[in-house]
Order: sequence, then C-alpha cells, then structure tokens
Amino acid sequence: MRRFVRSHATELALLAVIAVICVFLSFATDRFFTLGNAFDLLNTSSVNIIFAVGLLVVLIAGGIDISFAVAASVVQYLTATVLGWVGGGNWIVGLIIAGALGVALGCINAFLIHGFRIISIVATISTFNIFFGLLMFFTGGVSIYNLPDWLTTRVVLFEREMADGTWAEITLPVLIMAICVFATWALITRTTTGRQLYAFGDNPEGARRFGINIGAMQFIAFGWLGMMAGIAGLVQAHYAQEVVPNALYGRELDVLAAVVLGGARLGGGKGSVLGCILGVLLVSITQNGLNLMGVSPFAFKMIVGAIILAAITLSNTSIERLLPFLKSRRVPS
Amino acid sequence: MADQALDGAASRPLLSLRNVNMTFGGVKALKNVSFEVLPGEVHCMAGENGSGKSTLIKVITGVYKPEAGAVINYDGQSYSHMSPVAAQAGGIQVIWQDLALFPEMTVAENIAFQTVIGRWPRLVNYAEMRRVATNALQRLGVTLDVDLALNHFPIAQRQIVAIARALVGQAKLVFMDEPTASLTQSETDYLLDIVRNLSASGVAVVFVSHRLAEVLEISSRVTVLRDGGLVGVYPTKGLTQSRITELMTGKTFGYSVLRRDLGTSPVMLEVKGLSRPGEFQDVSLTVRRGETLGITGLLGAGRTELALTLFGMRKPKSGSVVLDGNPVRFSSNRDAIAAGVAYLSEDRLSLGLIQPQAIADNMVIASLDKILSRGFISSDRKRSLVNRWIGDLGVKIGKQDDAISTLSGGNQQRVAIAKWLATDPKLLILDAPTVGVDVGARAGIFDIVSKLADSGLAIILISDEVPEVYFNADRVLHMAQGRIVGEYAPGATTLQTIEEAVYA
Repeated sequence: MRRFVRSHATELALLAVIAVICVFLSFATDRFFTLGNAFDLLNTSSVNIIFAVGLLVVLIAGGIDISFAVAASVVQYLTATVLGWVGGGNWIVGLIIAGALGVALGCINAFLIHGFRIISIVATISTFNIFFGLLMFFTGGVSIYNLPDWLTTRVVLFEREMADGTWAEITLPVLIMAICVFATWALITRTTTGRQLYAFGDNPEGARRFGINIGAMQFIAFGWLGMMAGIAGLVQAHYAQEVVPNALYGRELDVLAAVVLGGARLGGGKGSVLGCILGVLLVSITQNGLNLMGVSPFAFKMIVGAIILAAITLSNTSIERLLPFLKSRRVPS
Repeated sequence: MADQALDGAASRPLLSLRNVNMTFGGVKALKNVSFEVLPGEVHCMAGENGSGKSTLIKVITGVYKPEAGAVINYDGQSYSHMSPVAAQAGGIQVIWQDLALFPEMTVAENIAFQTVIGRWPRLVNYAEMRRVATNALQRLGVTLDVDLALNHFPIAQRQIVAIARALVGQAKLVFMDEPTASLTQSETDYLLDIVRNLSASGVAVVFVSHRLAEVLEISSRVTVLRDGGLVGVYPTKGLTQSRITELMTGKTFGYSVLRRDLGTSPVMLEVKGLSRPGEFQDVSLTVRRGETLGITGLLGAGRTELALTLFGMRKPKSGSVVLDGNPVRFSSNRDAIAAGVAYLSEDRLSLGLIQPQAIADNMVIASLDKILSRGFISSDRKRSLVNRWIGDLGVKIGKQDDAISTLSGGNQQRVAIAKWLATDPKLLILDAPTVGVDVGARAGIFDIVSKLADSGLAIILISDEVPEVYFNADRVLHMAQGRIVGEYAPGATTLQTIEEAVYA
C-alpha cells in the first residue's frame, strides 16, 4: 500500500484534485453529474488524450516536441487530399494513411535530432514553423469542407436515452482513443523497447554503455508521437467535420501542460499513461464545468491556468508531507 | 618489479597481464606494467590519480588496445588484447564510479537490465526479471523491494544494486572503482561484507579506493602503481597506511597531531543551545581565531545539518549564534556570506562547483562584487584575483578558462576553497573536503587548512574519517544522533579512543 502511494504520488494527487472539482461542480450545476455530460467529456477529450499519450513517449525518452499539433494539421490536409484523389476509402484506410504520414513527419524530427545532434526543443520549434509555414503557403489558408462521407458521419457506439429525453452517446473517437491509450501503455510498460525508452531518458550515458541503440530510440519515440498525432488529426477532422489549416495551432502547449501535469518529467525517464489521461481530464473537466456554470469564456484560460498551477504544486509537494501517517521511520530526537 | 611476493603454488591466476604499454598523445600512460589476479581473491589497486589505474582497467575490459608485445591471459586463454565483447562474455564486469544506474526504474529492472530489457524487441518478462534480480541480491545476502524505483534508496543500496547487476552477467572478475567514495562508515562496512561474500563465492574482486584503511581491511594483496609504472605487488599483511602512501607517492609523510596554543586567541564563533528538531539538539561550541575545530560522527549524526544552519541555509528553532562578538540570525546564506561565513559543500561534484564552467568563473562566483568596475565585471580584476589564489593555494591548471572538470579531484577542491577564501571569510566550514581526493593531494589540502588557521581564520572541519580530524584539528567534537556527545584534544587522547567511541 505504501509502495503504491509512493510510486503513484502524482496520479493520486491528480485524482484528489479531480474528485474535489467534480464534487464542487456536481453541486454547483445540475447538468454536470449526468451520464450524458460524462460521455460528452470523453468524446471531446479524445483528440487531446491521443496527442498526450504520443507526447508522453517522447518526454519519457528525454525529448520534447513542439511541432506535433501542426504536424497533425499537415496530416489532416494531406490525408483529405489523398482521399480525394483515391476516392472512397474507409476508416481503416484513413487511419493507416494518417498514421503513416504522421510517422514520416515524426521521423523528420528524429532525423534532425539524432543526425545533427540538435536539441529537441530547437529542432521541433524549427519544424513547427516549417510545417505550419508550408501548410499555410500551399493552402493559402483555405479550409477543406468536401470530406468523404464516412469521415463526416457520426458513428455512435453506445447510446442510451436519459430520463429527460436527451441521449447519452459514446462515439467512434472514444474507441480510437482507447486503442491508442492501450497501445501506448503496452509499448511503454510491457515491451523491452518501452523500458529501453525509459532507461534512455533516465540516464542516456548508462543506456549507451548497455549498448542500447540511441538512434533507434529517437526514431521510435518521435515516430510514435507522429503516428498518434496523425491519428489525432484525422479524428479531429471527423469531429469538426472540416479541415481548417490553423485549427490545431497552439494545441501543443495545452497538451504539453496536461502531460507534465500528469507526472511526466521534462528531462526524461518518468511518466505514466494514467497520469497523462488524468492531466488531460483535469483540464477538460474544468473547462466543461465553467461552461455549464455559465462563466464567461474569456475567463477560461485564466482559471484553467490557475488550476494547472494548483495541481502541479500539490503533486510536487511530497506525499509524506501531505499525509504524515505514511511517513517511513524517522529517528526520534 | 621489486617486492614480488606471490604464494606461487597456491593457484593459477585468473588474469595475468605482462608488458602492457599505452601511450596517449606522446604521454606514456602505462609503462611495461604487469598485473595478476587469483581466482576469488580481493585485490586492491592503489595509486594516485593519473597513476594509470583507470587506463589499466580499460585495457583489461577491452576499451583500450595496448601496444604490441602485451600478453594477456584470462581464464586459460591468451590474448594480445581484450575486446569489450570478449571481456563481457568471459565474465569481467566493472562497476563504474558513477554507477550508470537508472534511478527512475525499479531495482529489478536495474539489476536484470542486460538479460531482460537489453534485448531485441519483445514483451518484458517481469517474472523472469524479478527472479533474476532476487537471485542476484540473494547471492549478496541482501533483500530489497525489487519493485520499488531505485531513487527511493540511499546511495549505499544503489551501490549494492550495481554490484548485483554485475553478478547477473556471470561475473568471475569484478572491478570496483572507488565504490565507497560517497558512503558513510557503516555503509562502507556493509559493502565490505558484501565484497567478502563475493570473494567467498569464488568471484575475484579488484578494489580501487583512495581510503587506505579499507584497502588494508579488505584485500589480500595490493598492486601499487605510480606514474604509469608498476611499483610492486605486496601481501596486505604487514602493510600500513603510511607504507602504502609512501609507495604511492614516493614521498614520506609525517603524521603528527597539532599542538597550537590558542588559549588567549579571541573567540570567533560561539554557539549556544542550537536546535533544529529532528536534526540536531542543544549544540554548543566555540571556535577561536586560528583554531581548527574537528567535528566527526556517522552520517545522519546531524553534522551537515548543523553546518548548513551555521551557514544560514536552515533556520534554527532555538539557540544563539555569536560571530566575532556580534549576535547573528541569518535569514539566508547571502547574509551568512556577508557576515563572513564560508561553507565548502560536502558534495563537490554536484553542489560545490559548476563542472562545465571555467576555472576562473568558478573561483569568482561567490565574490563577484569584488571584481566589479563601474558596475560591470572587470576581466582584469577577475584575472588578477584568480591568479592570486591559484598562486597562494598552488592549484595546478592549464588555462584559467579551462573547464573545472578537467582538473583532478585535489585541484578541484583547491579551487572550491579558493572560491570561498575570495569572499574574505572569518569562519570557514569544510564539509568532508577530501572525498574523492588522493592521499598526496589530501596532504596538500590540509597544509592549506593549517596555513589558513595560522593566518587567523576560524575553521570547522567536518569528516567521518576520524584520523582526518584527529591529525588536522586542534579539538575534536563527536556528534551522534544530533547531539555533541564527546570532546577530545588530540594531544591528550589516542586516535583509537576516538575511533572506538565513534564507530561503537
């Protein structure tokens, strides 16, 4: 029990904060504590969670990526264009194209970082500008509304009519998100490759001495994030029913904040999928609650910022200080 | 090659090297060196920094290729040079000083890394990993929670994890490079027990340490290197610390206690009833101008906490501090520095010096206000200040602008001391100043300490090595569990009395 608390301190702190916010919102609004709203939250958070688990892998390997959100926009555009040429298609084909394009863009980052020894933040700020610049230049900022039917049709996986006549629904993005989450969890906790990523992020020199292939680590980490970003891009296009070139611009910082909030360390070696999801959920629950309470949208950013700050302070404070009874033995003086 | 003393008939050597020569950029790093390890023995390699110990280890592990003519015999096979793959496959393992562990990963993952995680992509077999880790720990007679992340364990236990990891690779010969440098006495004892267990189970251990007491305690034979050449191989029985020091440095050091008359010297620091609950209780002490006060005791006795409090980095709960006649109450260490207190950190590598920065920049970091000219840093003033201290303390450097990490441990420590002397302190607190410093260089540092005291500085010298405070302090305080439990005058007490009290 104590071991669990010590090794999951961040997740527990986040859960506590989320629980407090949920209790507060349940009393403050009558819409918050309903199945419909809970499902809505899942539907709307899916894209960010997919981004977040991808970014988590890069953070674990000791890198950082600023370019993934605009890379997702590029993927959206390219996928929509390719699908337009080919005609038809379906979800499987779409996800494969988007995922592959994403991997390709991620590998560009890995190549710059590993091949030229550029530190990841600089490399990805550059590619952030290049990707976005190219996208705006070639599209002229024009959106695509003419998407294949399968991509714009809502797919409801589970539905239930509530007492007040509204429908609570779980849609396809949630399923895709669940698969991405599971795949990432399996990669980083169940495979030797995943554990090598942790080791590489934790102590690069130590990992090198063990003969871990450093280049492979970079390509796997950034390739994985690229794949997740591509998938998230397609899901976002589905959700928005259109492809707007700057729709995801700025999303990278929201996701980064959520992932770090979830316990991933800038610098590598640390972070969990559960923490990541909780980090994203904390932010979206707060936003959802503010919406339902009728707070002015202009105040959102400010309040979300404050909540992130409060939560990170709480999870940085050692658990032993918050819960003194868990303290391990101390020599009495 | 004098003094070769081998039992001969006993057993065939596990490893033997002959005619090993290495040259780096015109400098002879190894000159015709021979080295031999018997199966299951604990063999110490002694020598100052730069004597060729690390180079020799790297030749044995295949990192370096020796010049033609070398003969290496290992485990019945003959090689002209080793390769890292052959060394690993043959069971030669090195535990590096920096351990190369993964602090965020579990104990099991750290131990079983090579066998379970360092493989081609596949699912992690957690059960096998735990089994491998538990077995390796069992061989050392240790139980640890293998599912807990390594950063929950103190450095001594991480050391054990590093040893256990070496064992997983079916080690026959383990090199330990300064394994006790950051351990306390009791942790060291624990580690030495483990080394004995290893040796009893047939694994040969080559032990490299600056702490000669350990060398004498643990090993059966000692190989001494100096300036890249072999001085000799000696059975440990019959050696003394001063004899090894002589062999390592080629010089003789006289050890004698200080006898300075300080009865009339004014009191520089007077501490009364200082307490911080959980750290130290009711500490009272005085240090006179020109006096060196030694504080010894086991780690966790509250020595460093007391020093940090005197340096203003922690606030006392109760008690009073009078510095040079004025009652002081520091709210930060900036106040303490301004009032004339200097504190040389116990952890030189990470806290005391900024490793990648230049020697000159490190030296002036605590006294930037002294080298200002019209509000900006004057490079002339900086240069002359640095030159003065380099001269005064005899620091051996290449250029002022070289990174501090290019210096040896002893020279780094001199720079760290100079950094604080540049602030014109009245009270200098030295916390474990010789960790990771050679015997020869230690003597140099204590020469400096003695001169500083003679120039009127009050000095507090903290060390868990009792001989260090015994021979270099005017008075010795023994701290245990946060309290001062004994005071000794080295002139009127034997070293043994204090050691027995401290290690009891």
